[in-house]
Amino acid sequence: MVTTLLDARRARHIAAQVPDPELPMLTLADLGVLRGVELAEDGTVVASLTPTYSGCPAMAEMRADVAARLRDEGYTRVEIRTVLDPPWTSDWITPAGRRKLAEHGIAPPGPAAPRSGPVPLVLSPTRQAVSCPRCGSADTEETSRFAATSCKALWRCRACREPFEYVKEI
Amino acid sequence: MSDDHVYLTLAEGHEDDARWAYGTGFEDPLHGVDTTVPEGIDARELAALCVALADDALVSAQRLAEWITRAPELEEEVALANIGLDLLGQARLLYSRAGQADGTGRDEDAYAYFRDAGDFRNVRLAEVPNGDFAFSIVRLLMLSSWRLAHFEQLASHPDPVLAAIAAKGVKELAYHRQYAAEWAVRLGDGTDESHRRTRRALEQVAPYVGELFTACDVRDEVVAVLRQVTEAAGLPMPVYRPLPGSGRHGEHTEHLAPLLAELQGVARAHPEATW
Repeated sequence: MVTTLLDARRARHIAAQVPDPELPMLTLADLGVLRGVELAEDGTVVASLTPTYSGCPAMAEMRADVAARLRDEGYTRVEIRTVLDPPWTSDWITPAGRRKLAEHGIAPPGPAAPRSGPVPLVLSPTRQAVSCPRCGSADTEETSRFAATSCKALWRCRACREPFEYVKEI
Repeated sequence: MSDDHVYLTLAEGHEDDARWAYGTGFEDPLHGVDTTVPEGIDARELAALCVALADDALVSAQRLAEWITRAPELEEEVALANIGLDLLGQARLLYSRAGQADGTGRDEDAYAYFRDAGDFRNVRLAEVPNGDFAFSIVRLLMLSSWRLAHFEQLASHPDPVLAAIAAKGVKELAYHRQYAAEWAVRLGDGTDESHRRTRRALEQVAPYVGELFTACDVRDEVVAVLRQVTEAAGLPMPVYRPLPGSGRHGEHTEHLAPLLAELQGVARAHPEATW
């Protein structure tokens, strides 16, 4: 029993360390896409992953990486499950993940708006407080709400003039 | 930790250079999801609904991708491509669900690549050519407003898989609609030329709108969004003039077949290829 517990904890630790294929400064645990790692009675490790966006092209690679890393560490039976409900939110990026993003020049997301009922369409300009991850200035502006990966937007800093990416709230 | 080092960590424990090059073995987007269709749900109806929603998304994604290298600004290409990618992801999930529900076990590729135009159930608004930027924006505004309102309803669908796909899609579609609405206001309230083109686009879109509301009742929500946008943009609300026929019954414009020929050409020439 003790061995099983240790095994489950070790499997969880190994899966949690796998880097994200598109934001490799983050682990899958930092990003909040690793929803659970359990050890079944027959010894199968069951790792559950959730996609950030429906079209995230890295999902298959994440599944393959988690499975491969666990097999490399001696877990012969590995099962990967996809969890769609509840959907991923940027709120699941851990404090460590947010710190690592900022250290690599990517502004971490603010809190996602809590929602009930229909999504309102807001056409008046809204001010978002996004600090420049390089110089810390709050004098920043959005240049595009879409960027090189689904989860990011393009911003620029008016103080240090550097462009930067920003993980958007979802 | 330097950025270089961070990207090198991806190669750790993977001496094989061909890693990912021939697929990962995890292609099914619903891999490991419980795919039982709950009792009391008409599986055929569920499959048909998933196919229609997936076809809208796939065909829209293909049209959006056509803007790459042609949009007014690089940022807009990135935006339109991202929106297309979200829709492609939704299509993949929905096709996979359809294949499980209708009992054929068809995978996403079977639906996307190996059906002909008459088998597609997308609305015609999704397939007509891109036109100018104003037309593409107004079309995106219509389609994303409708899809968002519809997905909000589907998030409480009795099929838990479709409900989860819809709940996830809502978050993405909110960004799509926001993008289209902001551009519609910017164009409508911009120069005389952009105003004229956006007004024309609204008129061009109007005949195709009716098809959207045949299977679901979200007309009020969509009209409210359209009214909000046209008011802010100084544009008139389009006059609704329905066109006979419906893409939902497989009746398409002459534009769908050439779009599919481009989309399906490689898969049909090399049906067993992996890439």
